[in-house]
Amino acid sequence: MSETMMISLTVNGQRYQRQVEPRLLLSDFLRHELDLTGTHVGCEHGVCGACTILVDGVAVRSCLMFAVQADGCELLTVEGLAPGPEQLHPLQAAFRQAHALQCGFCTPGFLMTLAPWLAQHPNPTDEEIRLALSGNLCRCTGYQHIVEAVKMAAEIC
Amino acid sequence: MKPPSFKYHAPRSVEEAAGLLAEHGYDAKLLAGGQSLIPTMNFRLAQPAVLIDLNRIPELAYIHPAGDGGVRIGAMSRHVQVEKSDLIAQAAPLIHETMPLIAHPQIRNRGTFGGSIAHADPASELPAALLTLGGRVQARGAKGARWIEADEFFLGLFTTALQPDELLAEVRFPALPARAGFAAREVARRHGDYALVGVMALVGLDAGGACNLARLTYFSVGDGPTPAPQAAAALIGQRPTSEALAAAAELAASADIPEPVADIHATAAFRRHLIKALGKQALQQAFIRAGGAA
Ligand SMILES: Cc1cc2nc3c(=O)[nH]c(=O)nc-3n(C[C@H](O)[C@H](O)[C@H](O)COP(=O)(O)OP(=O)(O)OC[C@H]3O[C@@H](n4cnc5c(N)ncnc54)[C@H](O)[C@@H]3O)c2cc1C
Ligand code: FES
Ligand code: FES
Repeated sequence: MSETMMISLTVNGQRYQRQVEPRLLLSDFLRHELDLTGTHVGCEHGVCGACTILVDGVAVRSCLMFAVQADGCELLTVEGLAPGPEQLHPLQAAFRQAHALQCGFCTPGFLMTLAPWLAQHPNPTDEEIRLALSGNLCRCTGYQHIVEAVKMAAEIC
Repeated sequence: MKPPSFKYHAPRSVEEAAGLLAEHGYDAKLLAGGQSLIPTMNFRLAQPAVLIDLNRIPELAYIHPAGDGGVRIGAMSRHVQVEKSDLIAQAAPLIHETMPLIAHPQIRNRGTFGGSIAHADPASELPAALLTLGGRVQARGAKGARWIEADEFFLGLFTTALQPDELLAEVRFPALPARAGFAAREVARRHGDYALVGVMALVGLDAGGACNLARLTYFSVGDGPTPAPQAAAALIGQRPTSEALAAAAELAASADIPEPVADIHATAAFRRHLIKALGKQALQQAFIRAGGAA
């Protein structure tokens, strides 16, 4: 094991300090060090989008960042998306209602990609939605219901 | 797979980064957006002993007008910042049009302009745009700064004129000439995927409506951005008729790039077809924008 470094960061509003190896991917840090397993890992080379989280409000691939790079940052993962334990985020509610998930493996990545995007695009067209989702793969749904869910969420928001 | 161990540095200034590069040289890799480097480390195709992270150097992230009407882009400007910049839209419209073709939104949020050019991936859009627009890059190291012209920068597969002790600090594009037109075209399997074949075109017309400037650069056809000089030369002095453009695109496929790469993504024959088809479309749009309908 190589030298470790101390990092401190905020995830879903909670502060954490951990000693980590520089080579630890941010996705593995979330899953293995913080037990936040909602962030999924499909490919580890940036293609599938399952690991998408927000770093300082911006959607990025957590498999393409090292945990040490998130030192001092504010992160949001799917666990922190809903406003409270009894409530769903409008996107989550819409995904459930529109059957926008089957196995659910891809879902956290879709939600975290869409949450900041929808805030900036309150009335999206189908075409815009498909472009926004071009970096997320889903092997189950065929995407149609996901597009429907985004339109539904745009109406709720 | 997981990346191999490395020693991590996060310098706060270009000077500090240059010092680290001078110290570690060949053992070190610069980490910009990580959108190309980290995948290769995850696959253990790259195993650098030292990583020098440029993400904590704010002086490398800016988009400024240049004195000559062109633009200066700091290496650590994220793709998304260039994509959304009004200055780029107005002073470097070919770049503005190209940015959405690069990868997916989440990758553009993190990937950097300088990283894309330094990486010199043969399937990348920006190296071809740099060559087409006649831009240049500033390299900085402990020994100082130097400028490298685009046509001397790309040396081959993932290889540039940057020395191991230099970092790419700035990319500069000149203003477009008067009565110039441009276009970017590509075919990819899915929006945001690397192009199977792509092309950038820049053309100009004289007062009589004849072509006095033509540059055509393909990507994803060889070891790096690939100019088509014979196709371009055939256009000079011509009126941009549909026949002239088709003949030029034909020359690009038959004379300039007769043997494009073949790989699992596309055969050479398919690429030759795309070289012709995309070349003609790009030229057509560029000449329309220059004011001479084709
Ligand atoms: C799924 C996916 C799809 C993609 N599709 C496309 C696409 O269609 N078109 C495209 O062009 N790109 C694409 N990319 C790549 C993306 O654009 C990268 O951001 C870019 O190629 C590299 O930029 P970076 O900042 O991430 O560099 P990094 O990955 O950090 O670095 C890449 C290389 O450049 C070197 N380097 C970086 N910055 C500097 C510097 N300032 N000075 C000297 N050397 C430096 C590094 O040492 C490293 O060797 C894709 C990536 C992914 C994961
Ligand atoms: S696991 Fe990060 S993009 Fe697939
Ligand atoms: S719901 Fe199964 S991969 Fe998307």
